[in-house]
Amino acid sequence: MKKIEESSIAVAIGAKLARVQVCPMYPITPSTHIQEQIAEFINNGELEAELINVESEHSALSACIGAAAAGSRAFTATSSQGFALMFEVLPITSGLRLPIVMAVANRSLSAPINIWNDHSDAVSARDQGWIQLYVESGQEALDATIQAFKIAEDKKVQLPVMVNLDGFSLTHVFEEIDIPEEKQVDSFLPAYKPEHFLDIKNPKTFGPIAFPDSFMEFKKMQQEAMLESLEIIKKTNSDFAKKFGRSYGNGLIELYRMNDAKFAVIAMGTACGTARVVVDELRAKGKKVGLIKLRCLRPMPVKDLQNATKNLKALAVIDRHVSLGFEGPLFSDLKSIAKENLKIIDFIAGLGGRDVSMKHIHRVFEEIQKAKPKGSWLL
Amino acid sequence: MTEEKKLQNSEKIAGLNSEELFSSGHRACAGCGEALTLRHIMKAAGRNAIVVAATGCMEVVSTPFPQTAWGVPFIHVAFENIAAVASGIDSALKMQKKRQEINLLAIGGDGSSFDIGFGSLSGALERGHKFTYVCTDTEVYSNTGAQRSGATPFLANTTTSPAGKKIHGKIEPKKPLPLIVASHGIKYVATVSIANFFDLQNKMHKALAIDGPSFVIAYCPCPIGWQHDNSQTINLARLAVQTRVFPLYEIENGVLTFSQKIDEPKPLKDYFQLQGRFKHLSEEEIVQAQAYVNARYEFLLGIEGKKSFDVLY
Repeated sequence: MKKIEESSIAVAIGAKLARVQVCPMYPITPSTHIQEQIAEFINNGELEAELINVESEHSALSACIGAAAAGSRAFTATSSQGFALMFEVLPITSGLRLPIVMAVANRSLSAPINIWNDHSDAVSARDQGWIQLYVESGQEALDATIQAFKIAEDKKVQLPVMVNLDGFSLTHVFEEIDIPEEKQVDSFLPAYKPEHFLDIKNPKTFGPIAFPDSFMEFKKMQQEAMLESLEIIKKTNSDFAKKFGRSYGNGLIELYRMNDAKFAVIAMGTACGTARVVVDELRAKGKKVGLIKLRCLRPMPVKDLQNATKNLKALAVIDRHVSLGFEGPLFSDLKSIAKENLKIIDFIAGLGGRDVSMKHIHRVFEEIQKAKPKGSWLL
Repeated sequence: MTEEKKLQNSEKIAGLNSEELFSSGHRACAGCGEALTLRHIMKAAGRNAIVVAATGCMEVVSTPFPQTAWGVPFIHVAFENIAAVASGIDSALKMQKKRQEINLLAIGGDGSSFDIGFGSLSGALERGHKFTYVCTDTEVYSNTGAQRSGATPFLANTTTSPAGKKIHGKIEPKKPLPLIVASHGIKYVATVSIANFFDLQNKMHKALAIDGPSFVIAYCPCPIGWQHDNSQTINLARLAVQTRVFPLYEIENGVLTFSQKIDEPKPLKDYFQLQGRFKHLSEEEIVQAQAYVNARYEFLLGIEGKKSFDVLY
């Protein structure tokens, strides 16, 4: 069914279609519409789930852990400072191997306090063992929420997944959304049946202390599961396409007009939408330019990115976060992935809700086609 | 009657569960008051229990991977969030229609309960989740080396409230946590001591039967933190009751009842002199400490038998 819907509502519909069972929620701008819509679904009897109005984001994720460990499908949403407050619990969630899904309405971190979009919240947590997906549209936000549970619960994965959507510039945007049928989603994503849970008939200890003689083995297993999830994310994307007729690149990255491209931009989230239009304009003028949309930041799709960049002369990285005292984190990643002779140039953009405009992207393409391109902050 | 028979009989009288669901072989110190408390609490909780434990001594000593002392499903997540984790489990069990058959316990020390996890505890109480919160109160951050907590009593020497030349230990009194918890309007709050373990059993059974949150605080001498001989653990737990330092009571539906009234309290000195943490006190300071103990006890006497904690409901 097609409907004009806000992206936040699309996420909530995705969670409802995924038949989430426990939703601990704590309000923070700009993720509140997700939480409010979940509450409405539950209180109107449209979603059979327990709503827990927790007293902090730290408790929101902690309650998700309790629910998932007890064998239920758990979902929450947050942003920025709330995300930062949860930080302690992020590596615990992945270390406990619990398939929790969290929508993150990406927003800057204070100070100065600012409620608008950048990627500083989620990107700062890229090393905490969560699969991180970044979406571009309301439709993708809905679809990714369903896919996220499928990926997270896969026996080879058993890891939490973040669905990142740009605060305001996506969360509060209305667009036409194709809402999948319940039955179809049920057959794509069957009920959650965990192998290990808090079961009085088969008591197990979760969250023991691991001494130096076993801790590294735990982390190595997590790393292996993260790397293994690359294939599962791809497969989930193609299975989803078969069932619903929509796909997002190969699930990890999407290539836009990259076939014969010599100059490209790589970005995450809504900046990709803007970059598509600029690419079209430049292509119309005969320029060999393209866009790489990075949909999955962790695990890092190394091989896919190597393939995508192998024929390029220069690549511009749009970083909506800066590792203060160093550079854009996506830029650091790309430098370690791409072939040695590829020119990679870093552009810090869109911090604290500053628009990443078509003018900016045009400027980026102009710069990287120069003999000696320079990175900059797109102010 | 032989001693063994006496014990068997007393177990029958108390309806004591002979199963050890918090089993021996854990790595707690000799004379650990917390480990003894957990053993007895688990006798009341039985096999159909799920335990959420906070980071702290008990989690560390009971779950050195790949070993575990727990005979029931157990989860440790972090220090300050056991009430939140329990909230998630409670909701999941409700969704799975398994809520009634399971005793859900959240177990944390005083650091976890009085200080860092206080917000999480308060939130879960306000939301009315069905679970029993057990605070094992050692009056100090035992696991990290005996630092001051909100539960540390007036003038106690800890590693972060040292008995210095200028300042003689903790200068603030203990936070009255059970009364603050009772102010949430929950149906059952109790104080227990391992020196009174039949009372502990009975109160745990009552707490677990509540359809909503219940709270039990257990007084747990810590030989390391309190600097006492590990043979004195039970004796100190008993003296804490007899000196009115840790009165035993229940608050049921907002009404406080003493479990054991102490009409002729023993002098505080009897209790203090067995512990290194109070050995620096002057006679005058002991008098000051006694004044706090007296005031707290009199407050309890003042509200005894009256509806005092559910005025908002």
